Amino acid sequence: MSGPSTYQPQNAFLKWFESRLPIMGLVHSSFVAYPTPKNLNYWWTFGGILAFMLGVQIITGIVLVMHYTPHVDMAFNSVEHIMRDVNYGWLLRYLHSNGASMFFIAVYIHMFRGLYYGSYKEPREVLWILGVIIYLLMMATGFLGYTLPWGQMSFWGATVITNFFSAIPLVGESVVTWLWGGYSVGNPTLQRFFSLHYLLPFVIAGVVVLHIWALHMVGQNNPTGVDPQTDKDTVPFSPHATLKDGFMMVCFCIVYAWFVFYVPNYLGHADNYIPANPAVTPTHIVPEWYYLPFYAILRAIPNKLLGVIALFGSIGILAFLPWLDTSRVRSANYRPLFRQFFWIFIAVTVGLGWLGSKPAEGGYVIAARILTFYYFAHFFIILPVLGWVEKTKPLPNSISESILTSKRVTG
Amino acid sequence: MSSAEPTRRDFLYIATGTAGAVGAAAVAWPLVSQMNPDASTIAAGAPIEVDLAPVAEGQVIKVFWRSKPIFIGHRSKKEIEEAQKVDVATLPDPQPDSARVKQGHDQWLVLIGICTHLGCIPLAHQGEYDGFFCPCHGSQYDSSGRIRRGPAPANLAVPPYEFVSDTKIRIG
Repeated sequence: MSGPSTYQPQNAFLKWFESRLPIMGLVHSSFVAYPTPKNLNYWWTFGGILAFMLGVQIITGIVLVMHYTPHVDMAFNSVEHIMRDVNYGWLLRYLHSNGASMFFIAVYIHMFRGLYYGSYKEPREVLWILGVIIYLLMMATGFLGYTLPWGQMSFWGATVITNFFSAIPLVGESVVTWLWGGYSVGNPTLQRFFSLHYLLPFVIAGVVVLHIWALHMVGQNNPTGVDPQTDKDTVPFSPHATLKDGFMMVCFCIVYAWFVFYVPNYLGHADNYIPANPAVTPTHIVPEWYYLPFYAILRAIPNKLLGVIALFGSIGILAFLPWLDTSRVRSANYRPLFRQFFWIFIAVTVGLGWLGSKPAEGGYVIAARILTFYYFAHFFIILPVLGWVEKTKPLPNSISESILTSKRVTG
Repeated sequence: MSSAEPTRRDFLYIATGTAGAVGAAAVAWPLVSQMNPDASTIAAGAPIEVDLAPVAEGQVIKVFWRSKPIFIGHRSKKEIEEAQKVDVATLPDPQPDSARVKQGHDQWLVLIGICTHLGCIPLAHQGEYDGFFCPCHGSQYDSSGRIRRGPAPANLAVPPYEFVSDTKIRIG
């Protein structure tokens, strides 16, 4: 993985350039010759898809900023101006708003892949933690961006989320005033949220570079969880992974395009087409779908401070996953008991997401409390215990062996 | 190794490459087009009508059309005569006065008030040619708005306009 590049340019100009800035060698060793496990399935294509979506969001975002006005009196109208007057403005806006949803769909699939195949385990702990950091930055960016159209949901979502910090003992109120830049969410808030929303994607890009660097340091995981032993276990990244990633990107874009062109407002909330009114709170404030599970967890806890702690804790706990899961076997393909708990965990998070969209009343609250308890129990109780008691299936000796002995190949 | 006949792989590469190129162009076009003037800007640039009745002889007024300053001057007989008597061949940007006014309305001078040098707004009734003087770099225009001296390369432009009545014009 490390060591001098195998890239040898033939062209005289390229040789001259390469000896001064070996960027082509870097690209060659990272994305052309890079040895990739040859048994990667399509769940491994979402990293590339995420990088692509980050690019899409940045490009559409920069272009949208050419027409947007970050002032409380003009923001909502400027977004309508983009939708109605700007050439292809409707397309750029829908690409950006649905792009955010697609970005989160991809990141959840990417994370669940990591959970299933044990991609967070040794030696990939730092890689995983960098991923958690990227996820947190994405959530912050998504929240900040959603406030910008200055609709009812923008304003009240901003009010609710910033009010989280008032739960901090002693300094809470001062922190909130500092965040607002005033006595409530207002123009100073909108303007600074705009600045930070423009900033954070580039911070994400930087952490993504670290994430890919950490990945290339240790190499990719694969569906067996067994490290490549020989050259026979790997193939060069190009053309195999580039084309597999490219194909999946196209399929992903078909789904993306279906949202953008046919149901562009399906994942949004109609109340955000009402200009922000500081005097009237909408009856059902809900965040965007990708925050719903955590919203359910927040509301399940009856205490204000503990609810906020549970909310941030439910995301933060992911960073400790490499040490909470005590199993020495990586892939759930060889952990039959863990596999069942994995699917239960997926059902629990989807259930929490659904509950997050419901009003916090009656049976919904009880269900949310049960599922919240289970969510934390999965990390604190189930994962550590499973590692000790589980009987795992025997691992193949190598990736090549696993392919040759698989039922698909024989018979 | 490569056969004389194109292989299936060659076909796939070319077909995929072409589809990719078309896709890339389709993606790039909206990103480029969005920087062009949008519908509200175009609507704001619609023609305007200006009433000439309040403009006294010798007076030059300024209106805005498409965010550009438009000079509307009611020329005196002296100014018209001076403009028409000039030998066109001696001008840096040769153009007869008749080409710069509407027939039958040669007392009305309608010009885009932007110096053709680097874009400053010239001052009316100044300079040696009884016309306009640009203070930025010293360009001098005559009573027909034609460049006579100084760094400006061309005469002051005439915007598209027409007389809807004897006392009203529509610019644009």
